[in-house]
Amino acid sequence: MGYIGETIDSIKSIQIRQLLTQAISLGMIVTSALIIWKALMCVTGSESPVVVVLSGSMEPGFKRGDILFLHMSKDPIRAGEIVVFNVDGRDIPIVHRVIKVHERDNTGEVDVLTKGDNNYGDDRLLYAEGQQWLHRHHIMGRAVGFLPYVGWVTIIMTEKPIIKYILIGALGLLVITSKD
Amino acid sequence: MHSFGYRANALLTFSLTALAFICAIASFSDNFSNQNPSAEIQIVNINRFKKQSYGNDEVSLTLDITADLQSLFTWNTKQVFAFVAAEYETPKNSLNQVSLWDAIIPDKEHAKFRVQTSNKYRFIDQGHNLRGKEFNLTLHWHVMPKTGKMFADKIVMPGYSLPDAYK
Repeated sequence: MGYIGETIDSIKSIQIRQLLTQAISLGMIVTSALIIWKALMCVTGSESPVVVVLSGSMEPGFKRGDILFLHMSKDPIRAGEIVVFNVDGRDIPIVHRVIKVHERDNTGEVDVLTKGDNNYGDDRLLYAEGQQWLHRHHIMGRAVGFLPYVGWVTIIMTEKPIIKYILIGALGLLVITSKD
Repeated sequence: MHSFGYRANALLTFSLTALAFICAIASFSDNFSNQNPSAEIQIVNINRFKKQSYGNDEVSLTLDITADLQSLFTWNTKQVFAFVAAEYETPKNSLNQVSLWDAIIPDKEHAKFRVQTSNKYRFIDQGHNLRGKEFNLTLHWHVMPKTGKMFADKIVMPGYSLPDAYK
């Protein structure tokens, strides 16, 4: 009971200047996180430098909840690379391995076929209607490194959004009631 | 300064930083391992060599693959993904890579193996250029770590060729 009384007291005693200062420091934290994210996008050359593994199609190497670091370079796509691609019309990126490459002589364009390590067949079923091959513009990046389990935070927040709201609410409460 | 909240926050931040540091060092230690894998592939038999109804060549062959990949395993290795690909050139395509067989090697004991198998994935050309075609067989391996940077390499074995006529 004493803690709630204290909290109510501290909310009542907020002055405008203090509130503004805290709002600005919160804004600085959010902005610096955004700066780091955008800088990562520049450094790795990929639109999403970090992705979370959502399905079990690359087990046992990548389990659901792992995160992958991506890098995109102008190097040609070769068999064996683990690539992240978007199928036309779907917005969830897929992380699978390249198993076939046919590179054109004159234009440098390339036909690519992918397959998840743990899947029985190749990804033709996942591609758009009538599409047999992936091309360079579908590929968003190559996986170069990985960290286990860290992605569960994102998965939980996406699948149970109530946890996201609880977290943000608690953070907001902390910011308001902190004495500094 | 000594409230539960501050202490919990400091503990959490410190443990996350320490974990990240340990993961980075574990990954960095992989650079110091000495790796000398070896492999040998023989084509036992060409089972089928025909032209499909849409005009593309298709080959089915049986391979005998011997490999010793034990030196690739370090304490930070979760698994090694190995696959054999055929690489060749055609007039229209400067490079074709077709994966014929792959395997997941979960630990060091399984890394020295000999397997005789027909190709797991269909060897289909874009076109009908495969008669008499010379190609390389490459054994690629992809080391997937417990944390950190993945690395891959390959052994190229040239000198294989397909028969001059359909079978």
